[in-house]
Amino acid sequence: MKFGVLQFPGSCDEVDALEAARLVGDAELIWHRDRDLQGADAIIVPGGFSYGDYLRAGAIARFSEAMESVIAFARDGGPVLGICNGFQVLCEAHLLPGALLPNINLRFTSRQVRLEVSNAETAFTSACPAGRTLSIPAKHSWGRYHAGEQTLAAIEDAGQVVLRYAPGENFNGSVADIAGVCNEAGNVMGLMPHPEHAVSELTGGSTDGLCIFESMRLAVQGAAV
Amino acid sequence: MSAPAEAETETLPTLQDALALGLTQREYELICEKQGRAPNQVELAMYSLLWSEHCAYKHSKKLLRTLPTEGEHVVMGPGENAGAVDAGSGLVCAFKVESHNHPSAVEPFQGAATGVGGILRDIFAIGARPVAVLDSLRFGEPGESARARYLLDGAVAGIGHYGNSVGVPTVGGEVYFEAPYEQNCLINAMALGLAPREQLVRSAAAGVGNVLVLFGASTGRDGIGGASVLASAELGEDDDKRPTVQVGDPFEESKLLECSLELLELGLLVALQDLGAAGLTSSASEMASKGGVGIDIDIDAVPLREADMEPFEVMVSESQERMLCVVEPRNLDAVLAVCEKWEVGGAAIGTVTDTARMRVLRDGEVLGDMPVPALVDECPLYDLQPAKPAQPLYEPPAAVLEPSGAPQKTLFALLSSPNLASRRPLYEQYDSIVGSRTVRRPEQADAAVLALPDGSALAVSIDGNGRRVAADPRRGTIAATLECAANLACVGAEPLGTTNNLNFGNPEKPHIAWQLTESVAGLGEACRALRAPIVGGNVSLYNEGATGPIYPTPVIGMVGRLPDARRAGRLGFVSPGDAIALVGPFAPSQAASELAKLRGHQLPDGLPEIDLDASVEALASVRDAVRSGALSSAHDVAEGGVAVALAECAIAGRLGADVTLGEGHWEALGPDDGPGDPGWPEGTPDAALFGEGVGGILVSGPESGLRALAARTHVRLLGRVGGERLRVSLDGHEVIDAGLGELAAVHAEGLAGWFA
Repeated sequence: MKFGVLQFPGSCDEVDALEAARLVGDAELIWHRDRDLQGADAIIVPGGFSYGDYLRAGAIARFSEAMESVIAFARDGGPVLGICNGFQVLCEAHLLPGALLPNINLRFTSRQVRLEVSNAETAFTSACPAGRTLSIPAKHSWGRYHAGEQTLAAIEDAGQVVLRYAPGENFNGSVADIAGVCNEAGNVMGLMPHPEHAVSELTGGSTDGLCIFESMRLAVQGAAV
Repeated sequence: MSAPAEAETETLPTLQDALALGLTQREYELICEKQGRAPNQVELAMYSLLWSEHCAYKHSKKLLRTLPTEGEHVVMGPGENAGAVDAGSGLVCAFKVESHNHPSAVEPFQGAATGVGGILRDIFAIGARPVAVLDSLRFGEPGESARARYLLDGAVAGIGHYGNSVGVPTVGGEVYFEAPYEQNCLINAMALGLAPREQLVRSAAAGVGNVLVLFGASTGRDGIGGASVLASAELGEDDDKRPTVQVGDPFEESKLLECSLELLELGLLVALQDLGAAGLTSSASEMASKGGVGIDIDIDAVPLREADMEPFEVMVSESQERMLCVVEPRNLDAVLAVCEKWEVGGAAIGTVTDTARMRVLRDGEVLGDMPVPALVDECPLYDLQPAKPAQPLYEPPAAVLEPSGAPQKTLFALLSSPNLASRRPLYEQYDSIVGSRTVRRPEQADAAVLALPDGSALAVSIDGNGRRVAADPRRGTIAATLECAANLACVGAEPLGTTNNLNFGNPEKPHIAWQLTESVAGLGEACRALRAPIVGGNVSLYNEGATGPIYPTPVIGMVGRLPDARRAGRLGFVSPGDAIALVGPFAPSQAASELAKLRGHQLPDGLPEIDLDASVEALASVRDAVRSGALSSAHDVAEGGVAVALAECAIAGRLGADVTLGEGHWEALGPDDGPGDPGWPEGTPDAALFGEGVGGILVSGPESGLRALAARTHVRLLGRVGGERLRVSLDGHEVIDAGLGELAAVHAEGLAGWFA
């Protein structure tokens, strides 16, 4: 099982994601100019400020060479996880529904948040403990999830809302407290909080993020069997 | 020798021009002497910057030479872009603090942002990957002043914008609000980096015939004269100086950082230097000076943002996100290829020569030609003329509290006052965890703790209470240095080294010279006692405006190490039933305290005497106890005294406490050979509850562990952790009984309103 973690100029959390993925499998960085995904079984689009994000978060990164390959990989059913800036990139690439807007407080905000798993039967949440909230840090300035009424109804009906902020935790003003969504096929997920920063008792404040990576491993290895 | 060609066709600048650039008549004459003729425009521009206070330290260098700079952990002392200490297992920790005060007073967002950018470049210029930023901020009173609120909001947003975007966590810091900072705010930023010891690089240019490569952003007209006009003079009308403030681009910095580290990993560089104050002028000449060589710079080869820039503008531009390196000719193509990979500009702009002269050329025509030693090392140094002021220098602060009041009411007033309220509205705007090293986040412990690969950890703290330094420059500085060390002790760390940023007013005035002289003496004394040598730092003078000088503000940054990251201390109470003790030779006094400030007291002339050795021993005993796992929590008693420290432990741990204060009411234990109890104020509840001083640490843990501390220092057993209220009795009378929720709410709201 091998994760590929994209690296754009301006990525910040790519090494953190790499190290988190290595707790459950192999993992390598993939340079943004590289079209070759190096045989990765799953892709992580990490957090940061790709290409400076001066236009609109994720708007430039979606056009990178590596993302062209990731889009094809996702269309073929490959698992793709977007964290924070990665979530923004996947929305910009239309691999995920909706968009991320500036936080309602208009500030970069960094906070440990509790998340509820709304759908525990996805490739990204199957290993998450049932009925328990996940304590995971979030840190961003463009994290307010938005989707039009029809899209929202559709993703709610289809179980594509995977993670929600627990009551009182939705600091960015996301619609329906949505923290993470997946695509219709269930192989692409994005979330604003950072599971890669909740994998170690020492530095994470919790290890609740680990189950996201573990779920991906199970999904890949289950599919391979 | 012949004068440069341009000098013959253009009118030479005059003495008046030199004075306008901040030089004195004597300095101008000395430059003429060293040149053997009058300098032309390019040369005068370069001299005026390198001979500015900011670059030449001409009023502080003699004092700085008195500071201790050597110690067993020091790998790189002052003189390089940053200092470095041994972090164990083959790693070194590079660190430094720098100020960006005047730019921030003119334009807070960009001023603070580029302050962070500058200090990060200092770290990777010596080959270390930046792993943490801390900041030390001073503003006027936010409740009184719209300007203070504007500067605070802008500076915090700027620090966040830059640090967050570069991907370096902001792990700690401090902020104080005092009227003397109203016009002249202080923005000091400290950064830490890690490097394999063998990857450290120096900035000395070497190898005649080697190539100078300028890489990073292109050069524009921003920041012209920043070091001389802005940083080395008192503040005047802000708007005129706005064009001297640089604009930062953290994305460019992030690429530049990765590019620089990759160049070093590949072994492609002979020397590396960042471009900061005075731009190309200072970085090239300092590289030449350190290497004892000369440098020729070809102005035409410098990539420019605007085509028609004057040669002197190219040489003094402070455009951000640029680095200069020395490369062997055979490696030039490889260096430019790495630049291309990271999409940063790179251009060969000069060569190393054996002439010991700094020459600026265009089309082979010599536009400037100066002896490197004259430019870099021969600026006259000045003796200060210190004189203790006969009258108080500072107005008493505005009184916001009654002269006396019920202790509980006083506690709430202190907890919600700007200097003591929760810093969460600030640090929530910073990414404190990127990099996955942050073991203790803000307000979890007195110092930030960063995990190292070998299981140990670094701890870092930054501190400097200017009001106490104003009351007593020497003891106030000792207290600030001790507080940094206390913060480290509370997480179990032993100091490795210290950095400092001396923020003072105009040193040409005798009373400021006195503050500076006394403060540096105190800093040296404290660092010697703590065995925490100074490995680098910065001086920011002329911090005054029409309303007078700032409080003298030495900002101390200290880095330490603890052997086991898992045992890093925390400040909040942990376990109900734990005993609570006040440890150390703590003798609280109301002098220059927060409470005295809130009550509008004039600053006292002097602070109580400090027993440095006893304080250092108390810190060592707490440090060892934290390391051994004997304590559940440890928190240094600082602003607001014991009562505020108790409230902070309770709020952070979400656990109450029941505590008894006062001689005869607590159980006092102490070293056999010392006094049973250091001076405790009797009959003055405000001093006992809210008085301040050095050497006090509030700890909790199993009682046996607390008692064991008495073998080395004073221990007063105060009570127990537990419940949902903080109850404090003094001399047998209950004085505080407050619910945790109420305490936390009061603490949280103090600053929150300024960021709504």
